[in-house]
Amino acid sequence: MSMRKVALCSAVLFALTVGALAAETPNLGKPIDPKDIAPWDISIMPDGTGLPPGSGTPAQGAPIFAQKCAACHGDKGTGGIAASVTAGPSRATLDGGKTIANFWPYATTVFDFIRRAMPYNRPHSLTDQEVYALTAYLLSLNNLIGPNDVMNAQTLPKVKMPNRDNFIIRFPERI
Amino acid sequence: MAHGSETNQLTEPEFVAGNGLLHRRALLGRGIVFAGAVSTGLGAVTAAAAEPLSDAPWSLNVGTPIPAYQTPSRFEAHVVRTRDNPDNVPRNSRARTPHQMLKGIITPNGLHFTICHGGVPDIDPAQHRLVIHGLVRRPLVYTVEALDRYPMVSRIGFVECGGNSAPLFSNQPIQADVQALHGLTSCSEWTGVLLSTLLEETGIDPKAKWMIAEGADSPHLSRSVPVAKGLDDAMIAMYQNGERIQPGQGYPMRLWLPGYEGNMNVKYLRRIKLTEEPAMSYYESRTYSQILPNGKAYRFYFLQEVKSFISSPSPGLKLKEPGYYEITGVAYSGTGRIAKVMVSADGGKSWGEAALQAPILPKAFTRFRMPWRWNGGPAILQSRAWDEGGNAQPTRAQFVALRGETTKPPAVTDFPSQHFNAITSWAVDAKGDLRHVYA
Repeated sequence: MSMRKVALCSAVLFALTVGALAAETPNLGKPIDPKDIAPWDISIMPDGTGLPPGSGTPAQGAPIFAQKCAACHGDKGTGGIAASVTAGPSRATLDGGKTIANFWPYATTVFDFIRRAMPYNRPHSLTDQEVYALTAYLLSLNNLIGPNDVMNAQTLPKVKMPNRDNFIIRFPERI
Repeated sequence: MAHGSETNQLTEPEFVAGNGLLHRRALLGRGIVFAGAVSTGLGAVTAAAAEPLSDAPWSLNVGTPIPAYQTPSRFEAHVVRTRDNPDNVPRNSRARTPHQMLKGIITPNGLHFTICHGGVPDIDPAQHRLVIHGLVRRPLVYTVEALDRYPMVSRIGFVECGGNSAPLFSNQPIQADVQALHGLTSCSEWTGVLLSTLLEETGIDPKAKWMIAEGADSPHLSRSVPVAKGLDDAMIAMYQNGERIQPGQGYPMRLWLPGYEGNMNVKYLRRIKLTEEPAMSYYESRTYSQILPNGKAYRFYFLQEVKSFISSPSPGLKLKEPGYYEITGVAYSGTGRIAKVMVSADGGKSWGEAALQAPILPKAFTRFRMPWRWNGGPAILQSRAWDEGGNAQPTRAQFVALRGETTKPPAVTDFPSQHFNAITSWAVDAKGDLRHVYA
C-alpha cells in the first residue's frame, strides 16, 4: 500500500469513527485512560520519548552487572552462556560479531531491551535507576561514553552511535 | 503382469528433463508409470511375488478405548520437532518442523515450529488483555471473550522465521536434514479478527504510520509494523487449524502478518501502540537487520520472498532401490500465489515443470509433485519456484553474490544472516543416500 493510500485510509477511518461510531462492529472494547495503560507502555523511542526519570553512570552499573548479569554474560561482559556485550570487532560480518558499538543504531534500544527483557530469569525486576546505570555501563564497555558520563532521559538519546547511518531500508514501498 | 503386452501399448514413459524426470502428466492417472517400467527396463526392479496374506493380532483382538484427544499412532513417535534448548537454559529456544515426514500443506498443530525468547508462557485467557492505544481516537482494551464475539475470518498461510534456512549462508554445505535446515517455517489455517476491524473502533490518527506490537511473554517481545500492513491483511489470530492457537504459537492470541518475517508476528499479543516512528526495538534494529558484503545492513526486510525446497526425497530418507519416486516439497511466497515450480534431477542442467497441488493460495504453502524414475546413478535434486508477481527464487550463486556467506561453516543452529530463499540441492549417490550440496 502506498503512503498516499495509507494516509487516505487513515483519514477515512478517523473521519468515520469521529462521525458515526463504527456502527457495524461489535464495540466490545472498553475505553481506558492513558494513565492506566502506563504500566504496559514501556516502549522507548529513538528520540528518547518514553524514557523515565532517573539517571546512572558506568561506575554505578558495574556492580549491578557483576551481581545480576555476569552469570550469563561473563565477567565484565566478555561472554558466557549468553553473548558478550563488550565492544568486540570493529565490524560485524556473517561470521558474527554484532556489538552495540559496531552495529546498534540507537542507544535508547539498550535501555528499552534491558528494561523489558533482562535479567532473563527476572525481567522487569530492575529499577529505572538500575537500568540507566546498566545502560551506561554497557555503553562505556563499548567505548561509546566516558567512565563518568551520566545517562538520563536527556543524554541517552544523544549518544553518538557509529553505525547509525549504515542501514538500507529493504522495501521502502512497504512502509 | 499377464496383460503386460496390452498395457504397455498404452504409453511409454515421457521424460521431460534429464536424469529420469517424468512429465507431471504421469501424476494424472494415465498409468504410464508402472506399465512403462517393465516394458522399457528402466526400472531395475522386477516385481517379486508378494507373501501370502494372513491376519495380524490387531485384526483378531478388540482395540483400545478411544482417547478424548487423539495423538498419532505409536509407530509415528519419531515424527516430532527437534528442540535446541530442551532444558530451558536462559537463552532462546526453538523447535523445528519435520518437513521430511509431512506431505500436505497444513502443518499439524503439534509440529508447527516454535521460537520463544523466554520460554512458553502459561497464559490464563480470562486474565489476558489486548490494549490498542497511542495515535488513536480512543484507546480500547479487549478481553479474549469479547474478541471471540467479533466477526472472524479464516485464512490459510505460512509463518516463517526470518532466520529459517540460515545454515545455507555457510560457505560450505552443512550436512543436516531438511528439518534442521528449513524447519522454521510452517503453514496453518488461522482464524481470528482482522486488525482493521479493531482499528475501525479505536480510530486512527492520520499521523500514525507505525504500530508497535508487544507480547505478554517475559521478554515483552516488541516489533514495529507499518500501519499499512495492519490495515491490509493483519489478523489477531486466535484459532489454529480450527482449535485454539497453541501456546507455542501465541495462546491466546498472536498478531499474524501474512507473508512477513515470523518475529514480527508477535505472539501472546497484549499491546498495539500506534506511533509516527518505529521504536527501533532490539529485534528490528539489531537481530533482524542483515549484514551485507559491503558492510552496510538491511533494515525492515519484512517480506519472506519466494522460496521452495524438496522435502522428499531428502537427507535421511534413503532411496532403497532404483525405480519410481515422487519428488515433492513446498513452495511459498510472501507476496502472493505460487505460479510455477521447476524441478531438476541433474543439478540444474535441465528442468521439468512440477505439478502444483490445489489449492494454490496466496502467502501459503503450495505442495508440488514431480514424478521421477531414479536409474540408480548419481543425481542432484533441486526445486525452483516463481510467484504470481514474476519473482523467481534465486540460485545460491546469485543469492550469495548479493547477500554474502560466511568464511567458515557456522554451527547448524547459528544464524549468520536471515531471509535466505535460494535453491537447495540434495545429491543422491549410488547407494541411494542423500546429502546437502551446493550445485
